[in-house]
Amino acid sequence: MARIEIDQLRCKGCGLCTIACPRKLIQLCERVNIQGYTPAEAPNLEQCTGCALCAEICPDVAITVYK
Amino acid sequence: MEQVFKRPVSLKDVQTHFCPGCHHGTIHRLVADAMDFHGVQQETIGVASVGCSVFLYGYFDIDVVEAPHGRASAVATGVKRARPDRFVFTYQGDGDLAAIGTAEIIHAANRGEDITVVFVNNTTYGMTGGQMAPTTLVGQKTSTSPYGRDRKKDGSPIKMAELLAQLGGVAYSARVAVDSPKNLIQAKKVMREAFGYQAQGKGFSFVEVLSACPTNWGMTPLKANARVGEEMIPYFQLGIFKQEGNE
Amino acid sequence: MSKRLFVKGNEAAAMGALEAGCRYYFGYPITPQSDIPEYLSRELPGLGGEFIQAESEVASINMLLGASACGKRAMTSSSSPGISLKQEGISYMAGSELPGVIINISRSGPGLGGIDASQSDYFQSVKGGGHGGYHIPVLAPNSVQEMYDLTMHAFDLADLYRTPVMVLGDSVVGQMKEALVPNPRPQRELPEKDWAVRGKGGGEQRVVKSLFLGDGELEAHNWKLHAKYQVMKEKEVMYETYLADDAELLVTGFGSVSRIAQTAIAMAREEGLKVGLFRPITLFPFPEKALAEAGIRAGRVLVVELNCGQMVEDVRLAVNGKAEVGFYGRPPGAGSLPSPEELLDVIRKSCARI
Repeated sequence: MARIEIDQLRCKGCGLCTIACPRKLIQLCERVNIQGYTPAEAPNLEQCTGCALCAEICPDVAITVYK
Repeated sequence: MEQVFKRPVSLKDVQTHFCPGCHHGTIHRLVADAMDFHGVQQETIGVASVGCSVFLYGYFDIDVVEAPHGRASAVATGVKRARPDRFVFTYQGDGDLAAIGTAEIIHAANRGEDITVVFVNNTTYGMTGGQMAPTTLVGQKTSTSPYGRDRKKDGSPIKMAELLAQLGGVAYSARVAVDSPKNLIQAKKVMREAFGYQAQGKGFSFVEVLSACPTNWGMTPLKANARVGEEMIPYFQLGIFKQEGNE
Repeated sequence: MSKRLFVKGNEAAAMGALEAGCRYYFGYPITPQSDIPEYLSRELPGLGGEFIQAESEVASINMLLGASACGKRAMTSSSSPGISLKQEGISYMAGSELPGVIINISRSGPGLGGIDASQSDYFQSVKGGGHGGYHIPVLAPNSVQEMYDLTMHAFDLADLYRTPVMVLGDSVVGQMKEALVPNPRPQRELPEKDWAVRGKGGGEQRVVKSLFLGDGELEAHNWKLHAKYQVMKEKEVMYETYLADDAELLVTGFGSVSRIAQTAIAMAREEGLKVGLFRPITLFPFPEKALAEAGIRAGRVLVVELNCGQMVEDVRLAVNGKAEVGFYGRPPGAGSLPSPEELLDVIRKSCARI
């Protein structure tokens, strides 16, 4: 099973990763980070294959992927 | 488990000032990826232009020279002529390259300077607040085309990748986008290819990258990203318009 | 003593550049300076240098910026309208503290004007022609020998102070032929260019830029540039005098017009008039102290220029009211170059009023 980590400080809540993930595992959360953005989160990673498309699309290089 | 996705070494691990959903960040990473791929970070001299990407030196861990607005390809010419053994690229926006810098880019390309030019086309002047650019689409409203770009008065958007592909000195000219995983993967390949042309001394290489500009388009990041595919790509076709060596 | 050559001013400047070790030239054709790019297009390839005729003067100053940022001795040249186009680039080089030599073989203006000798670019050259309140050293040759020597000197000043330097000639000095002794390059202690971009190569990132957005950062940068100008004023002033010690009328002029004045002064002396010459060679830094001394001692100064009056303002500032300052100007254009006799007449009138 693969895993991703989203840097809650670096993420600007643009949401591009939410449409890039082929399995729709990522969504924007309700919390507001110190920058005033609502960062992305992936609460349920069981389906994650570590394809890293979310990380590739992220303009802020805020996602790390493990496989 | 092993980390399968890493930040390119050439890209500093810092927060960028780009707006949420702006593709500059993604494009910066692709450029850094290409530099890492060819192992040229330590011998690269970047030439920064004036626009949203003016802080090139803040994000790339390489030597950088700042060029006046529009003059990056002329500055890069001077750099490459002075240090032909170095890797030289410019990173310019559409106001910088396709408006004030048109003469410089066309002649640097026509001379076949052995440099790589990364051209970010977001159909507007980002840093100065969303004015009309040479790439603004017909009908597109901007702060200086409030009634929409009028083809009769403002002409139609300039297609730089095709324009430069006509010039003899150009070895590689392509247009890509980063609005979808499929386009992004192709963009990564093209960026590496373009940088490879310089690495092998094959002459002038040019990559136009379509980019969203949520703030100045007055859209959410996701809507702006969708606009790239729905409105820009139909006019600014993706593709490789020149690739010397394997026509 | 190397042998004497019979050379055009423009070519002497190009020779001086090569002797100074300049191997990068970027230029554009414009009368009356085109001999410079023509000469260098012949010589540079054989010396392993780079010559580019750019698409415009704007492009050429930016190519100079790029080569200079790599620590190379580089040069561009043009004439008045082309120098106007280069002002933005010169301002960026001054702000980025980049050395470089810009030769202006000025012609008459404004606008298309003419191709005759002119000194109407004085203000543009010495008061910082581009935006942002910088200054650059400006050297004014009045002979073919000085076109050679001052171009070499310009490269040393550029490296010493990390600044663009202008050699301000005109179509007389550029187009005339005279004897030239191609002296070897003076050996000077020059600072190492540890600021030049070169590709990190494992070392520290180097950035050449003029953008400073931090609080107080740009003010500090401006004062730093200003401090350099003070050092230049103390150490780099150059001027020449002729029969000035006992002069009661001090004629002052730079470049080509000073040659005409010198002949007129010799003729005036034969008529028993006590007239001398003070010739600024560096227009920036302006020889304020030396001129004030000589001017106040003489009691009356006559400024002669090929324009409607520009350097005369700096002369008045230098003399500061302690001596009378008269002006004789011949704005440039065909048929307007004054003859020695015309200047002699003006000198006679100026002396008559003592």
